[in-house]
Amino acid sequence: MSKTVTDGKHLLDPYLRVERLPHIWCPGCGLGLVVGCFMRALLKSQIPLDKVAVVSGIGCTGRAAGYIKLDSFHTTHGRAIPFATGLKMARPDLKVVLLSGDGDLLSIGGNHLIHAARRNIDMTVVLVNNFNYGMTGGQLGPTTPLTARTTTTRAGNQEEPFNVPALAMAAGAVYVSRWTTAHFRRLEKSIHEALLKKGFSLVEAISPCPTYYGRMNKKPTGLALMQHYRDHSVIKSAPSPVSEDMDGEITVGKFVDIERPYLPAPGGQPA
Amino acid sequence: MSGNGYLTGEFFASGDDACAEGAIRAGCRFFAGYPITPATEIAERMSERLPEVGGTYIQMEDEMASMAAVLGASWGGVKAMTATSGPGFSLMMENIGLGLMTETPCVVVNIQRAGPSTGLPTLTGQGDMMQARWGSHGCYSIIALSPSSPQELYDLTIRAFNLSEEYRLPVLVMSEAATGHMYEKVTFLPPDRVEISSRRKPTVPPEEYLPFNPDSCMVPEMACAGEGYAFHVTGLTHDERGYPASSVAVQDKLVRRLVDKIEKNRDDIIEFEEDGVDGADVVVCSYGISARVSRIAVNRARQEGIKVGLLRLITVWPFPEDRIRQIARRAEAFIVPEINNGQIVLEVERCAAGRTRVIPLSHLGGGVHNPESILHAIERVAR
Ligand code: SF4
Repeated sequence: MSKTVTDGKHLLDPYLRVERLPHIWCPGCGLGLVVGCFMRALLKSQIPLDKVAVVSGIGCTGRAAGYIKLDSFHTTHGRAIPFATGLKMARPDLKVVLLSGDGDLLSIGGNHLIHAARRNIDMTVVLVNNFNYGMTGGQLGPTTPLTARTTTTRAGNQEEPFNVPALAMAAGAVYVSRWTTAHFRRLEKSIHEALLKKGFSLVEAISPCPTYYGRMNKKPTGLALMQHYRDHSVIKSAPSPVSEDMDGEITVGKFVDIERPYLPAPGGQPA
Repeated sequence: MSGNGYLTGEFFASGDDACAEGAIRAGCRFFAGYPITPATEIAERMSERLPEVGGTYIQMEDEMASMAAVLGASWGGVKAMTATSGPGFSLMMENIGLGLMTETPCVVVNIQRAGPSTGLPTLTGQGDMMQARWGSHGCYSIIALSPSSPQELYDLTIRAFNLSEEYRLPVLVMSEAATGHMYEKVTFLPPDRVEISSRRKPTVPPEEYLPFNPDSCMVPEMACAGEGYAFHVTGLTHDERGYPASSVAVQDKLVRRLVDKIEKNRDDIIEFEEDGVDGADVVVCSYGISARVSRIAVNRARQEGIKVGLLRLITVWPFPEDRIRQIARRAEAFIVPEINNGQIVLEVERCAAGRTRVIPLSHLGGGVHNPESILHAIERVAR
């Protein structure tokens, strides 16, 4: 990580809506880290910032767009991807990026995610997975591991979670990776690659939610969760064929990096 | 077709086709939709015509996505629309609300069929008129227009775009299967015969720009993505900077303005057509295809010597309250034919406030009123 503090100012301050700080996120939450990785990756990409639009849905991650000083859209729950699809199709000259959570993108917005991947819409999705619904108080989500406790599965989750990279891959994404916030350098590098990729790229960022997921599952601090993610992650070149246990291995890595025709088709005129 | 891709002249066209041509004439360059009877022909025509004028068509995975994509395109600075029918209209309510809250210009066409639920997919209805007014949650005012011919589907789609750009909100064109699928002579106008409005762009540099700071006309200037303004837009209650602000005061200020920008400009927005209303004993008040059927009954009643007038609502929302109140002071009765179980009649009743009789004439959908039934209602009142 680059030096974080100079003269009481953060190096990313010029790119953040500092007047909105402090942010709403809990101490120990991984979201600040993800936003940091994203901003550094974006700056490194040298994409002109006034041609970047950030779109979020609803949830803790959904607030990310509001802290980044770019054209930013905080949309309805689950609809960030179709909103971004309209924006990108109407304005092919823009770089459209999504920052949103697992509940927003995979549950209420799951259909939109697979269709955007299928169409290979040229956008980058940073999907922050904290294994539960943080904003509403720690309920079961589409990625909550089997047996994990949430405020709506006090006796342990009995539903199989989504295997996010396998889902994105099957739906047609041309770039798929998965890292945790404990791998912030790799996460940043991967977001950078995804930003430069043409077509639908998805980076899953596993991120601690100590307030709910952590507390409910015997890892009550950001540090405990980070440590768990670091100790249990295994880097591979293909996603796990099955959904993973909450205490077992976490498969991370870059899984897909391919080319195929994307939309809006290159060379098309901006509307 | 002229060199710029616009159709001009007289055509034998369906209401749905006329709607699509009106949109293109108004400057619409983005359409997102999902197939649904009886609105599909609008999508089909847009998929063919938009590429000819440099626009973009995309078929989305459902109507929630269609509406979201339309909002996204509009924030990209492109005039955008979608078209649907009842079941899709229900799904669009969520993002119509986002469009209202974020003041996003766009047009939503509802070619109504009979409901509830899947109802009668191929047959006409007017059952979504209250949904148009109140269908998304929370307090707001909206604009809804009701064309009663293919020509008006052309004209009012243009007007809908203009109103949406002037007042910055989703404007609804509430037609029905009977008009959407009707073929008639339609005149597509040359550019010099059409007035086109576009959203006001910021006049200040980015550092000074407050995206939700309205001026005296209550409608803020609108920057679009990629113009260097680095603005934030949210469906949360927001202040003039566009930042979320959870307070009673900000909520009151924002929502009051969203309502007022429509309600205080009623004179500019509201349009209706009158025929013999002043001096009439009975006034038939209707809209869309039902107004067209009513005209037959009104003409026949006049031949019988009954003093009957026709008030045809072109703008249904905001509702022309003042005019209804004036008429209620003199006429003996309103008759309100509509293809639902009595929706707009409730508004007429509210405005008449007991000063005159208000008689609903419902038809539960699948067809239009038999003009005889309207004539009999007029005769019963006149006798
Ligand atoms: S609830 Fe969880 S995800 Fe949300 S801000 Fe707090 S720690 Fe982060």
